[in-house]
Amino acid sequence: MADIYTIENLRLSLANMTERRFFGATPQLEILKGLDFSIPRGAVVGIVGGSGSGKSTLGRALVRLLEPSGGAIRFDGVDITHLSEAELRPLRRRFQMIFQDPMSSLNPRHRVGTIIAEPLRLHGFDAIPARVARALDNVGLPQAFASRYPHELSGGQRQRVGIARAIALEPDFILADEIVSGLDVSSQAQVLNLLERLVADLGLTLAFISHDLSVIRRLCSRVIVLHHGRIVENRETGALFAAPEAAYTRELLDAIPLPDPAQAWA
Amino acid sequence: MVDGRSLTRRRAGARLWLSLTWLGLLCLAALFAPWVAPKDPLAQDLFLGRLPPFWVTGAEPGYYLGTDSLGRDVLSRIIHGGRVALMVALIAGVATCLLGATLGLLAGFLRGWVDMLVSRFIDIWMAFPPVLFSILLIAVMGPGLWSIILAIVVIDWTRFARVIRAEAMAQGAMDYVASARVAGRGRLGTMVREILPNVLPTVVVLLTLEMGIAVIVEAILSFVNLSISTDDPTWGGMIAEGRTSIHQAWWVLVFPLITLFLTVLAFSQLGEGLKDRFDPVLR
Amino acid sequence: MSFLDIRGLSVRLKKGPALLRRVSLQVQAAEVRGLVGESGAGKSMIGKAVLGILPPSVEVSEGEIFLDGVDLLRMAPSERRRKIGAVAALIPQDPLTALNPSHRIGPQITDRLVDILGWTRARAEARALELLAEVQIPDPARVMRSYPHELSGGMRQRILIASAFAAEPKLIVADEPTTALDVTVQKQILRLIAGMQARHGTALLFVTHDLGVVSKVCQKLSVLYSGLVVEDTSVAEFFTAPRHPYSAALLAATPKYTDPLAGLNPVPDAVIDAVRAEVAAFDRMRHG
Repeated sequence: MADIYTIENLRLSLANMTERRFFGATPQLEILKGLDFSIPRGAVVGIVGGSGSGKSTLGRALVRLLEPSGGAIRFDGVDITHLSEAELRPLRRRFQMIFQDPMSSLNPRHRVGTIIAEPLRLHGFDAIPARVARALDNVGLPQAFASRYPHELSGGQRQRVGIARAIALEPDFILADEIVSGLDVSSQAQVLNLLERLVADLGLTLAFISHDLSVIRRLCSRVIVLHHGRIVENRETGALFAAPEAAYTRELLDAIPLPDPAQAWA
Repeated sequence: MVDGRSLTRRRAGARLWLSLTWLGLLCLAALFAPWVAPKDPLAQDLFLGRLPPFWVTGAEPGYYLGTDSLGRDVLSRIIHGGRVALMVALIAGVATCLLGATLGLLAGFLRGWVDMLVSRFIDIWMAFPPVLFSILLIAVMGPGLWSIILAIVVIDWTRFARVIRAEAMAQGAMDYVASARVAGRGRLGTMVREILPNVLPTVVVLLTLEMGIAVIVEAILSFVNLSISTDDPTWGGMIAEGRTSIHQAWWVLVFPLITLFLTVLAFSQLGEGLKDRFDPVLR
Repeated sequence: MSFLDIRGLSVRLKKGPALLRRVSLQVQAAEVRGLVGESGAGKSMIGKAVLGILPPSVEVSEGEIFLDGVDLLRMAPSERRRKIGAVAALIPQDPLTALNPSHRIGPQITDRLVDILGWTRARAEARALELLAEVQIPDPARVMRSYPHELSGGMRQRILIASAFAAEPKLIVADEPTTALDVTVQKQILRLIAGMQARHGTALLFVTHDLGVVSKVCQKLSVLYSGLVVEDTSVAEFFTAPRHPYSAALLAATPKYTDPLAGLNPVPDAVIDAVRAEVAAFDRMRHG
């Protein structure tokens, strides 16, 4: 099996909360309108698009935090599209997620050590303290951080905890949802370099959701461009940046302000 | 970053210790009332009626806060009345909290039909006027300690359920709940391990407020003579009796009133203080 | 004389650490100055100090803020408010919370003109319509009657821009005005702000963490670290030859899609140590 994910005609609708009716069911809004793509094992795939493009919804469908309304998601050959929470549980270790906002994705009342250890315990790992120590080590955090609370850390450090929690489970696949958008450039560079190293060292497959094409260019081998719930371009990174095919991709590229006053930006 | 935190923490400390001291003294006094109280709270002596407190001329030694019209020692009656007040506060408060918070947590986190059921139930429940409801309940069950406690629980559980439901819903939308699912945690486990610790500070604040409310409700019901048997001293009963002789013996009214006020205040300050002190996030 | 002239401004938490350390900077009429730095560097604090909207936990400990030739910090509070209201305005960061959800758009633009500047309602409304057209809002009359939730984020940011320019202020503070927006919308908004600024000859203090944005809208630039201005330079100079090592490191950390190998170098520890030492030396000098 060369592809870890195979996605066929994926559709997903959510209740449209802005148009709640006084009587009757809330109307559904189709967010993903039939996506077909696959993620090869070992690839780093960038998923890019504006707000409302459906990129975060797609991410949450991949790790089955959301249930698709149509089509199929196959993970390593297993159809996980409509699996129940109980059926998913043994699989969950294998696809992990790092969240955008590390403040809200780390339980403020648990210590860092507990946050990393908890999923290990759920999946029946042995030698948990050693694994927590190794995970902290892997993301470049000192061991003493295990006894700290999330609010005592900086944004970049919190995001490292999120990464440590995900890699500790030794997953096959990690979804990273806008994980650097809240960070300063220096922390952003650190976290991205860390991620790059971990992907190489641990042989991870990574899907990296971002609105920032500059970051995607640096990190990803493939790019999927989403626009209004459809894939408008899905190509190898170098080719896409050299000659974007879709009008929307060109528009995205043209809109990026490069740190260079000489860039024509009209 | 250093900000105003150290300041709030110090103030929180003061209010926490003051309220704890008052409630602790009250608890000890109530627990050991037969030994602590200088006199028998029921002993009448018509020759010693309406004695003023110790600093007013005409006071009798041993009767520190004076006596009522029947010659019963006010201080001893306050101490014994504290037993009823604190028992009601503790049992009614905890029971209300357990019932309300559990239903609220289930409704707010599980949503779906559980939420529908609990929410509709709350709506219907809150449409009943609470005072009438409690008087009706006591009329049916007969006055007594357990009737009061039951009345408080039955009326006030919605206060917990509503607040905790909203809080659990807000917490449920946070990404750490999603990340618990990604980690493979079940619904019930997520609720207990992830949501509960985050709604606990709110529960504690509500619980202490509820204890204060319970003390007041007990006093009100005693005041209108719906509490326990009229022989046993209660703060509400003392206030009711003191009202009739306010011009001749103000102390019969004022001292139980002050005690009641301080106790309710201490409960509410205890909640705020605990929250500030033990909340690792300090929002 | 510069339209805005900040001299040795220090701001600190009441009985706490310094947030701004003797910041000096000037903005000429019709000039755009960028304020950059990482979060917590104090860049927003400068804008807040100028507009007199510092949070209550914070106080100015020294310095002068000359706005239009008068020192704001020496004025009585009511007088200061009037002065700031008459010559300065703010374009806020978050278009979703900056408009009151329970009022229509029209009054949110015109009320300030009527209540503070004493315009007639008709004149204020005419002005609002004119400006909404200038920020390229289709059907301004309809938008004036809309509620904020009926409009998109980009649309709301346009309204806030129109509102900022409504009273023809001589200085506008823009506090990360495009951070919450999509990159394609950001481009439209930035061009709009730059165009309006040039047409109206407004001085602009532009707070941002994005060096890409700076290179597009600013002419001058102040780089902050921990409340200290480490570099005050022109944009052209900054991007070709940054003088301070911290500035150079910030630039090297910023990714560029045109060059996959450039950028994303974390600020080296040595640079951080050096700039921290500068801050410490400054504090020592101040306290003996």
